[in-house]
Amino acid sequence: MIRVEHLVKTFSLPEQEVHAVRDISFSVARGEIFGVIGLSGAGKSTLVRCLNLLERPDSGEVWVDGKCLTKLKDRELEQERRKISMIFQGYNLLMQRSVLDNVSFPLEIAGLRKKQAREQALDFHRTVGLEEKAKAYPAQLSGGQRQRVAIARAIAARPKVILCDEATSALDPETTGTILKLLSRINREYGITIVLITHEMRVIEEICGSVAVLEKGQIVEMGAVAEVFAAPKTAAAKRLIVQRQREKELSGLAEVA
Amino acid sequence: MLDLGLDVLLKGKNLLRLLGGLWVALRISICSVAISLVLGTLLGVLWQRGNRLMQAGMWIYLEVIRIMPQLVLLFLVYFGTSRTFGWEISGEAASIIVFSLWGTAEMSDLVRGAITSIPKGQYEAAAALGLSEWQASRYVILPQAARRLLPLAINLVTRMVKTTSLVLMIGVVEVLKVAQQIIEANRMSSPNAAFGLYLVIFFLYFAVCAPVSRLAKRMEAKQAVG
Ligand SMILES: Nc1ncnc2c1ncn2[C@@H]1O[C@H](COP(=O)(O)OP(=O)(O)OP(=O)(O)O)[C@@H](O)[C@H]1O
Ligand SMILES: [Mg+2]
Repeated sequence: MIRVEHLVKTFSLPEQEVHAVRDISFSVARGEIFGVIGLSGAGKSTLVRCLNLLERPDSGEVWVDGKCLTKLKDRELEQERRKISMIFQGYNLLMQRSVLDNVSFPLEIAGLRKKQAREQALDFHRTVGLEEKAKAYPAQLSGGQRQRVAIARAIAARPKVILCDEATSALDPETTGTILKLLSRINREYGITIVLITHEMRVIEEICGSVAVLEKGQIVEMGAVAEVFAAPKTAAAKRLIVQRQREKELSGLAEVA
Repeated sequence: MLDLGLDVLLKGKNLLRLLGGLWVALRISICSVAISLVLGTLLGVLWQRGNRLMQAGMWIYLEVIRIMPQLVLLFLVYFGTSRTFGWEISGEAASIIVFSLWGTAEMSDLVRGAITSIPKGQYEAAAALGLSEWQASRYVILPQAARRLLPLAINLVTRMVKTTSLVLMIGVVEVLKVAQQIIEANRMSSPNAAFGLYLVIFFLYFAVCAPVSRLAKRMEAKQAVG
């Protein structure tokens, strides 16, 4: 579904060059939940933003659903982006629109009439369990509720891929759990491929099928989650796993570890 | 009863002259407000999107206009142009030019501020939804900017209406000017006229500015909820 080849992205700052992504290649199968984990500054956000070309890579190719995005013209890219939804850490809901209009907006853009778009949007509210908040404005919602609106908006466009950049990092553990369950249900029910960026091992453990460990702009380890967990080869992966075990001990879940 | 000299108003055509003066002031306000809103919006958008040179130019323009007292600008335009270029422009035209220069500068700053205050995430969300740059502006950025802008713009309009009384200084027959003429003419018969007349002028301006600033308040309140 997604194939990335030799992706490179360097930011040129006045004082220095930041090599955010250096030569990354991987692919994600249809219907998979693919996790990318790494410490802060590893280049996770930059990588995922390159997948829908919010950030234009310096070199390399990004293929999504059989199209090479990096070679498309602006107009074609806009079309392809409608098949790729994105969920942001900061939610990025459209503030001047009600919750319902946020969700119906991508449908209207896709050419549906307002009334139809709203009806369908209401269905998606039900999916994420927010039907009673349809008339509220984003500013009036809690973080978890906002993220559910963002998810409803993401699936409304009937995308083939959803990209999540730290979708749960601003949420408490319990709400994180609900959002993760919601994402994995969407993955199963709609068959949407999900790429999920996180710095929390827990997120990977709970819903991802495979994982890539990112360090200093490079993938240092990649494979099925169970394998990477059982036999981490690199220091970066080991560190993350140790960290996760400590978390579990701390939260009284030591028996799993 | 305290004699405010209000009877002077009822003498002859004085009240009519005063209202006529208010009308001239309003005409100046309306023209310069209209020009400022249109030009200011255009310049504000250009300023926000423009290159370095454009931005520097706008910044200098704004600073100069802000530092110069409007009175100085008025004299500059009114007397300056006739001296240097030999143009004879009317006081009313000079006022409109100066107030438009000022209003345009302030308005463009407000517009630029409103657009830059829209968080980067909104642009990204729009792009990620597959909106073109034009659609993003039209459906996401500008509506939000307009909401932030509205109360500020209304506030600017009220300030412009108030400041129009400055025009007096270069001799446009305007409310204060008329008032002064009336006061002069009646100095002997009604020495208190000055106070009374200024009171009347105060109420006249209040009548014009109050609805505008009420509107601004309402907009702000509404914005706080949304
Ligand atoms: N727009 C930008 N301009 C310049 N440098 C940038 C930009 N965006 C990211 N960087 C730099 O690229 C590097 C990778 O950043 P990125 O945001 O991808 O990290 P991350 O893994 O998502 O970190 P975090 O977990 O903190 O979100 C960092 O050193 C960052 O400073
Ligand atoms: Mg990040």
